[in-house]
Amino acid sequence: MSLLAVRRVGVVLDGTRVVDGVSLALERGDWLGLIGPNGAGKTSLLRAVVGLVPYEGSIALQGEEVAALGRRDLARRVAVVPQIPLIPPDMTVLEYVVIGRTPHLSYAGGPGAGDLDAARAALARLDSGHLAGRRLGTLSGGERQRAVLARAVAQDAALLLLDEPTTGLDIGAQQQVLELVAALRAEHGLTVLSAMHDLTHAGQYADRLVLMDRGRDVARGLPEEVLTEELLARHYRAWVRVVSDSEEGIAVVPLRPHTTAEEPVP
Amino acid sequence: MQRVDQLRAREARALPGITLPWTLAAAAFLLVAVLAGLAVGPVGLGVGAVARELLSHVPLLGVQSPLTDTEDAILWELRAPRVVLGLLVGAMLAAGGAAYQGVFRNPLADPYLLGAAAGAGLGATLVIAYGIGSGAGRDLRPVAAFAGATLGVTAAYLLGRSVGGRSTATLILAGVTVAAFLTAVQTFVQQNRSDTVQEVYAWILGQLETSGWRDVAIALPYVLVSTVLLLWHRRLLDVLAVGDDEAASLGVPVARVRLLVVAAATLGTAAAVALSGLIGFVGIIVPHAIRLLAGTSYRIVLPLSLAFGAGFLVLADLLARTVISPAELPIGVVTAFFGAPFFAVVLRTTRTVGP
Repeated sequence: MSLLAVRRVGVVLDGTRVVDGVSLALERGDWLGLIGPNGAGKTSLLRAVVGLVPYEGSIALQGEEVAALGRRDLARRVAVVPQIPLIPPDMTVLEYVVIGRTPHLSYAGGPGAGDLDAARAALARLDSGHLAGRRLGTLSGGERQRAVLARAVAQDAALLLLDEPTTGLDIGAQQQVLELVAALRAEHGLTVLSAMHDLTHAGQYADRLVLMDRGRDVARGLPEEVLTEELLARHYRAWVRVVSDSEEGIAVVPLRPHTTAEEPVP
Repeated sequence: MQRVDQLRAREARALPGITLPWTLAAAAFLLVAVLAGLAVGPVGLGVGAVARELLSHVPLLGVQSPLTDTEDAILWELRAPRVVLGLLVGAMLAAGGAAYQGVFRNPLADPYLLGAAAGAGLGATLVIAYGIGSGAGRDLRPVAAFAGATLGVTAAYLLGRSVGGRSTATLILAGVTVAAFLTAVQTFVQQNRSDTVQEVYAWILGQLETSGWRDVAIALPYVLVSTVLLLWHRRLLDVLAVGDDEAASLGVPVARVRLLVVAAATLGTAAAVALSGLIGFVGIIVPHAIRLLAGTSYRIVLPLSLAFGAGFLVLADLLARTVISPAELPIGVVTAFFGAPFFAVVLRTTRTVGP
């Protein structure tokens, strides 16, 4: 049984079909990268998986339909790192990470010693134990993203959804965050589904990619099968060169178009 | 070793909760406010005498009350109900403000947002202007104010939802819109019935001066229900601080929590406003002072707002009835006099304003 099985899923927002018949499956320990131009429906698909928007078709988590799962039950199975998380500036990092324990607490109950330990362990896993007492408003972008990741890890869910996890980070911080996710996955068997804008990172970190365009899944496979100059030209309308190296992996390099009038032709 | 201890201490501070010093400070502040509120007035009773009178009601202590029968009547029939009403109203305004600020993630939100106060004002004005100014009319006033406050909040909530979904900003704008409309109607009624302007005006400025045990009895059930509901949700208010979608993906029923907290805060606020008139700024200055001094988690802010809001209003009322004694200032004037400058300071020092 797949950890996550998405079958012919559609999402309609305000009368517009933003996701249209998408299917994908993740086994335990997979990292699947969701790529595609702006407005392709990546975020809407992720929101459907966590039950934030209604969907058509079927989304099954460990064999159980998402729409039929209770909110708290769902929250114990899937953790989300949103694209632009809201950061309460006066909250301390430990306080923030403990909030990730919410699905394991009763409605009005407070966190216990076990929850505190889980939060500290999550911070330690992300090499961020030293940040525990800092206020969120004083962190750098990279540190903040580690705090958000730690909150998701503290949630103790088998599936981690990342929506553009490197938005707004410098290239070094981007690499560090992705390496941390890769380590979490390698050491703790976490399963990752991530929407990604940076195609080079998508190719280097995900095992497999699904390319979405205008709500549909238009290509899927290993990174070298999906990240082709032809597909990227057709769906992103971008001029790129794909550089592949068996040692260092794949890189997608944007090129300047020859003339402005010329459109990249598939 | 010392470094490890320092780290431990820092981590201990990283998790919110009310510390012992703050519990003691809140208790001491309440005690001082209550004793001063009972002792000071046109007839000075003396703090020591009041304390001994209170202790004389505790069995087995054998303390004799030093008060005469007249003084005893002043204490129990005039001062005590007024102090208790002040405690209830202050606690409700401060905790209601804190709750609104949490639910809407807006540090400047307060019970006067969402049309609660404007609705209460309209309700009370209608009763004063068209009626029944005496006898049963007085009893009707809190009921009408309460109905108006509920109407105002419901209208703001429905308008906010119909216009722009569930975002914080639309709800606040809807509240401002509803409040402006209700205030316009209220002003129209007030001007139309010029013979009652004075009375309406006095109510709007806020007053605890006519309260008796009866008012306390009217307010108490609302205040209790509201307080229990708000305290019950204090940790979930912290979860809402990380955003609606995030809270939902953490398993929190966001819409239900918001509805319950807003309903509880409105219930308490409406009961308070109905009995005391419009007393401004308490809902902003008390929670803000606590955030600045004690911590920003609602597990701290809500309980401390109840305690310090209660004491603050009793002290404000004490000033209101002594500054130009034997006449009385409206208590809303006192809270605004201290509240507005404090608010200006908060505006200048708050690092983040807005959702």
